[in-house]
Formats: sequence, structure tokens, C-alpha cells
Amino acid sequence: MSAPGVDRHRGTRSLQTIAQAVLTPPERCPGLAVARLDRRGFLQLTGLAGGGLMLAFSLRPAGAATDPAGATADRDTLAPSAYLRISTAGILIHATQPECGQGVKTAMPMIIAEELDAAWSDVEVRQSWISEADFGRQFAGGSTGIPRVWLPMRRAGAVARAMLLAAAAERWGVAVEECTTANSHVLHASSGRRAAYIALAEAAAHLPVPDPDHIPLKSREAFRLLGTRITGVDNTALVTGQPLFGSDQQLPDMLHAAYVKCPAIGGRVRSANLDVIRALPGIESAFILEGNGDLTELKPGIAILGRETWAVMQAREALEVEWDETGAARDDWAETRAQALRLAEAAGAERLAAHGDTAKALAEAATTVEALYSYAFVAHAQLEPQTCTAWYHADEGRMELWAPTQTPQRAVSNVAGLLGLDEAAITLHQLRMGGGFGRRLVNDPVCEAAAIAYRVGRPVKLQWTREDDMRHDYLRAGGFHALKGAVDPEGRAVAWQNHFITFTADGRTPVFGGHLQPTEDLGHLIANFRLERTQLPWLSPCGFWRAPGASVFAFALQGFLHELSTAAGRDHLEFLLEILGEPRWLEPDNTWALHTGRAADVLKLAAAQAGWGRPLPEGHALGLAFYFSHAAHVAQVAEVSVEDGQRIRVHEVTVACDVGQIVNLSGAENQSEGSVIDGLSAMAGQQLTHEQGRVRESNFDRYPLLRMPQAPRVRTHFIQSDWAPTGLGEPVLPPVAPAVCNAVYTACGRRIRHLPISQDGFTLV
Amino acid sequence: MSTLRLEVNGQDHILENVPDDMPLLWVLRDRLGLVGTRYGCGIAECGACTVHLGGSPVRACQVPARAAAGQPVTTIEGLAQPDGTLHPLQQAWIDHDVAQCGYCQSGQLMSAAALLARHQAPSDADIDAAMAGNLCRCGTYLRIRRAIHDAAGRRQAIET
Ligand code: FES
Ligand code: FES
Repeated sequence: MSAPGVDRHRGTRSLQTIAQAVLTPPERCPGLAVARLDRRGFLQLTGLAGGGLMLAFSLRPAGAATDPAGATADRDTLAPSAYLRISTAGILIHATQPECGQGVKTAMPMIIAEELDAAWSDVEVRQSWISEADFGRQFAGGSTGIPRVWLPMRRAGAVARAMLLAAAAERWGVAVEECTTANSHVLHASSGRRAAYIALAEAAAHLPVPDPDHIPLKSREAFRLLGTRITGVDNTALVTGQPLFGSDQQLPDMLHAAYVKCPAIGGRVRSANLDVIRALPGIESAFILEGNGDLTELKPGIAILGRETWAVMQAREALEVEWDETGAARDDWAETRAQALRLAEAAGAERLAAHGDTAKALAEAATTVEALYSYAFVAHAQLEPQTCTAWYHADEGRMELWAPTQTPQRAVSNVAGLLGLDEAAITLHQLRMGGGFGRRLVNDPVCEAAAIAYRVGRPVKLQWTREDDMRHDYLRAGGFHALKGAVDPEGRAVAWQNHFITFTADGRTPVFGGHLQPTEDLGHLIANFRLERTQLPWLSPCGFWRAPGASVFAFALQGFLHELSTAAGRDHLEFLLEILGEPRWLEPDNTWALHTGRAADVLKLAAAQAGWGRPLPEGHALGLAFYFSHAAHVAQVAEVSVEDGQRIRVHEVTVACDVGQIVNLSGAENQSEGSVIDGLSAMAGQQLTHEQGRVRESNFDRYPLLRMPQAPRVRTHFIQSDWAPTGLGEPVLPPVAPAVCNAVYTACGRRIRHLPISQDGFTLV
Repeated sequence: MSTLRLEVNGQDHILENVPDDMPLLWVLRDRLGLVGTRYGCGIAECGACTVHLGGSPVRACQVPARAAAGQPVTTIEGLAQPDGTLHPLQQAWIDHDVAQCGYCQSGQLMSAAALLARHQAPSDADIDAAMAGNLCRCGTYLRIRRAIHDAAGRRQAIET
């Protein structure tokens, strides 16, 4: 906790580590149901006190050597990834991953229950403790939760089922092949015998564990639970207001804390009227923390602790601070935007990719189109402002944390490093998050709560205000695309040039959200292609916002594709299908990559379901967009009408999506509907405009979220295939804005090229 | 500072030394431990803190606790019957799997319950108007609408 000042590279490195953990798919290829994501599981069997079967199953990277003695070098090798526990007390499944509204606490246990053939109503689900040794990696991010556990969880259920079958066969003296399972029971049809799993568990626990790598798994047709609609396991607690969330924690003798930081990121406290604050009613103490120089951990600030939240909030009003802003962010959106618009007219500072001769093709083409697209910085605005409760048990040198975090294991190592504690001396209780969307991948509130609690030795609940939350976010980066394209006399796309202007904090690498891979730009499928990049300085930290990168690139790239097809006088669906070409993986050997056939299929499905080409009511129009992200192929058709050239009504959005097998259909549809609404919300009016390093918008009055009257109908169609499931928390969002904006153009002839659309006078009604 | 008598979910509470401007929200959460009423914005924009005061929906972050004295307060913890029977809306919320993160849902349910108390069978427009003050960052609006219609239908089926 020394090192005052800010080491920007350190903050960047921390974010990079998160990016590696979160954005890199676990095996890179979770495609085929029985290939690639094939992490080999193996099981440990533990007899339970009182009798029963407990299976701990572990992940082993594909191809890792098997050491029969279990003495492999790799730490991951022996790390069990979840627990299934069957005893006379019932069937308990531990949900091991953090829940932020993506539904994983329900979906993951469903996978085990399916192969186990357990009746869902017999299953109790509990959030597990946080332990890499017991459960392997625990985090929520990058839409990787389900693909990571798909096979290991299925195998765990199947192995347990096989053991229960064997136990029943032995008890009855019949061949195991004559027995079947259903609804948490083993059945022997010819004798009519039947035994409950919970009554067989103890006997099963004494049997050898079958090899999970060779355990037969159900075929998709045999699924009874997967693909159906199951209501969330926490729903009763949620609708009765039970304390599930981070901010709901209450401990005896607990203090409430605020942590006040410089509104310009990177500023430090020079002085503050702490004596005045300490004397205020209800205030117990106030002190300055220096920060550890890492913008993703502990920024410098002032802790105010009181007996009630309100007392602390009131004390803040009386706080007077002189900030030292040497080295603090001075970001100014208006200035930066003007500079970017100038730079957009010139060539990019560096070339990221090119093939063919784009300059020549553009010069010679019959029809060319040029356009500048931009999008502003936005905040996460998850509905629960940041919070964490911490208790440092000084006598034992032990830290206890109650944290709503997407990266609990990382939170433990953050706090260990920050306070010089052993990781083993830190216990983190995972709490439900009031929204994550990528914000809670960064653990700054956990570090703040821990650092404050370390000083006071009493339980402390840190509660950020909405204003704190919006001013100290890790932003979705703004950006600009100067696009040029050409079509030949037959109306085929022949050239595509994208000058991408993004931001850098360290002068070298782009900020998060500023990484545009050439393969992400569908223009790379066109014969003459050029991608250039220019980076502008920006110090306020950027982070991961639902579908990072994709959520904004889709708007620019899919909008411009529509401009090209319009200039060519082509049907947009036909134009997109032509660019996609023959069905193939775009990266050989990478089933995490775009498959043009799956892309074409979702486009055709969305078009068919929305009635693409059908006669529409007067003033209505359809718009189409496709995007591939997080291994998901998603196409959308939006039906809109526009009044007075400005007031946009989105009537309906049709989503077609291929994420392989659906686990929980209810959860999947909910994610799709929510992503559409979220995408519209950000598109309509959200932006952060920095001035002198300070965010001007700090609450929902100036940073609007979509409200119910603006929400369109959403119809979601999944192509359920034999592909292993991939995540659905993010990929439905990117195509929303371009589908709507393309429809607006068709409806009224006005092309929207800037997000949020409120900048150009558009509103969503 | 004053001493207040508050009736919350049918129970009387005597509260000492309540600052005059202390919002009902923080009295509920920090003094009474009723943390189901949630903080989202503090400026009447999000509706996460919605409770009933004398049967009408109010933003608990805006109502000083002092002003709530003398009128019954109902929070999400008091929406079900005392015997635990869920309000038809709570059951519909479960059946329609409305929640994603769930943080906004206490407020959504309290706004919806106030609507159903006034309207037997609200139209989409009635629902939109009554619910427009409640934000859901996760975007569960479509399910909320469906669940309200369903709960209204069920209640009518029981009553007729
Ligand atoms: S917290 Fe009261 S309306 Fe948002
Ligand atoms: S369910 Fe998350 S804010 Fe509504």
C-alpha cells in the first residue's frame, strides 16, 4: 500500500491479465460436442460421514499426461471443478460460478442433473465457496461459463448415474443392463423394483468409479431437462426480498463506509477537512489512503466511516478536498472528438491488415461510398452500485470478504497483494451481483473495502453512490471508423477500407475495447481490403463492457455494409449472403471462429421469421444485421417506424441465434430479450462526456436507461444443433443497433452514423 | 433528530434519533434490516427503492422517514401474506422467470402490486405507464409485462 502515484502500465497489465483469463476461451475450440472442448475429467470419490456418495470431479487440460499416482506437476490437473453430493439428505449440486444475472446458477446444475437423470425438483442448488483448489477457475465473463463446464459436468452426472445403477443391480442381483433410471430413481422393469438414488448413495459410494472419459453420455434426443424452460433457483428468494446481494450484507457492529476519490482519475489527496468530518454526527472515523498505484486496485482517496449509510452520505456533503491532479487524466471528449474527425480524413498511422489493392479498386470502381461512424464512451450502470463488505480479524490475521464480483479468485489475490496477506488468510464469500456486464471483472471496490477494514478491525460495508459508480467506471471505449467501400457494376462488393481511430493510455497498446482484429471486420472477406489504425491518448481507464469491441464495431461495420448494398441497389440479405460465400470455417482448425454456413443460416432464419420482403404497414421498414462474437452467430431483423424523421419506434426485433445446444431455454430467451433492450438502451442516449478528466454524467437523469414503454417485442429463434453450447450473455447485443439504424434508413432515408443517436436528435419512443 | 413511530409490514417500530432528512430507504435498510428495498440512484430515477406508503407506491429514497410516520409502510418483505402465501405477482414472477440479476425486482414488484390494487385488468398501456419509473438494466421489461397480465388474470379467476 505504499507507492503513491499511478503506474499506468501496472493498471494496464492488470487488465490484460483479466483479459487473458476472461476473453480467451478455455480451450479455444468448444465447437464439436465430443471434440475440442474435450477436457478430460477424473473423479475423486469420497465417502460421506453418515453414508452417501460425493463426487468431486476435476479438469485436466486435453492432452495432459495422466499420472496414475496423481502426482502431476500442473496445479490445474488435480483441481476439482464442482461437487455433486448425494446422500440420504438429498441431492445437492454446488453452483461454482458467480451469478450476475446470466443464469449460470441454474444452468450449470441443470447439466449435471440431466446426465444424472435426477428430477429437477429433487435437486438442491447452493452457491459454492471460492477455492481454486476445490473447484478450478471460478469467474463470470466472456460468455465462457457454460462452454467451460459442459463436458465435465455431463460426465460427472453420468458417472454418478452409472454408480447408482451398479449399486441397484448389485442389491437386486440383476444385470445392470436390465436397469434404467428416471426421476432420481433406478428401475428394474421386469420385476417392477425401484430404488431412490438417495437410498442407493451409500452402497454406490463403495463401488469403483468408472472412467469418465469413456462414460456414455445421452444423445440430444434423450434430454429431458436441457432445452426446457426452468425458472431460476433464486427466484423465490428474489421476489420476497431476501438478502442475496452484495449490498444486503449485515454484520454485528458493522460500520458503513464511503470512499471518495478524485473525480479526475489518477488524482491524489493533498489535504482534506478530516477533523470537521470526524466531528459530524454518526461518523466514527475518516482517513486518507494513498493507493497502491494500480488503477484496477486501490486509487488514492478518503475513507469516511459511520454508523449508518445516511450519516456517511451527509458527511460527504461537508467534505472539502484539495486534490493533487499532477498526472491525473485530463481527457476531454469534445476536443478528442474534433481531433479524431480531423484525423479520419487522412490515412491511419499504422496498417493492421491488407490484401488486394484497395486504393486502385476504390479509384476504379463504378460506385464508391464513404462514411464516418463514431460511438461515444459509455458506463456500465449495472443497477447495484459497487459495494463490498470486509472484516479484518486482526487477532487471527485473517480477512473475510463478502463480495459481488465476477472474478472472485482474482479478488483474493488482489487483496493479498495489496495488504501483504497470505491468500490462505483470505476468505471470500461470493454474493449475487446486481448486474455485472463486465464491470465487476475489476475488483477495485473489493480492494477499497479490504484496505479500509484492515485499518479499523471491524466489519465494514463499503457502498458507492450511483455518482461514484458512474465517475469511477472502466469505460466502454469510444471510437471512430472512416470507411470506404466500392461495388462493381454487377453490384458486388469489391473494396473495403476501414481507418479505425481508437485510444491508448500507455502510448503503445490500445485500451480495452480498442482491439479490432482484422477477422472481426467482415470486410476482410472482400477482395480488396485494408484496415488501418490511429490511436489517440486517453487516460481514464477503459474496460470490458458486455460484448467488448463487438458491441460497437457491429454498429459501424454492419451499418456500412448496408450503405454499400444500398448503393449497389441490392437486397441486403442477398448482399450479405454473397459476401459470406461458401459454408466454411474462416479459421481452419478453430471451431471458435466464424462459420459462414452457420452465419448464413441465422441470417436466413431471421429473415424468414421476420417476413423479410413482406408488405409492411405504411411508414414501417425492416433492417437486418449479423454479428459473430463469443463463438455465437446472431442475426436480427428490426421493424421500425419513424415519425417526423426523428422519433423512432422499434416495433419488433426478431433474433436468430446459433449457440449450439440450449441449456435453459427460459434463461436463454431472457438473455436474448435483455440484450436487445440493453443494446437499444445504449444506442438511444448513453454517453459519457469527459471535461478536464471529469465525467459530466453521474446519474440516470443524464445517463438514461431504456424504460418499459420503449421496449419492443422480441422474438428469439434458436438453431439448436449438436454443437456444444456456447455463452449467451453477450453475443445478442452487437447486432441490435445496426439492425435498427439500417431499418431507420429504409424507413425515412436518414442514415444514423453516430452513437448515441440522441446526438443527432433521434429519440426512441 | 426526532423519535419516530413507524408501522412497517404490520409491525410497530419506535426509532430514536432519526435525522429529520433521513430517507425512509436508509431507515428500512440500516435500522430495520429490511434490505429487500434497494438503492440504485438516490434521485427518484430508478425505482429500485419503491415501497407502499398508505397503499401508494413511493420512492423510499425521496421520502423522509419522518413523513412516513402515521401511515402504514409495506416493503417487499411484507408483500406476501403473513402465512407466507405469495402475492399473485410474486408467483407470476417465479413462473415467468422474470429476473435476471434481480436487483430491480423488489421495486418492480411493489410498483406492479400498486397497479393491480387499482386496476383489475390493466392494459399494456396501463402497465407501461405504471412501470415507466422502474429501470431494469438487465432488460426484463417484456417478462414483467407478461407476468403482470398473468397475475391479473389469475386473481380475476380466483375472484369470479
Ligand atoms: S434509489 Fe430511489 S429511485 Fe433510485
Ligand atoms: S433484473 Fe437486473 S436490473 Fe432488473
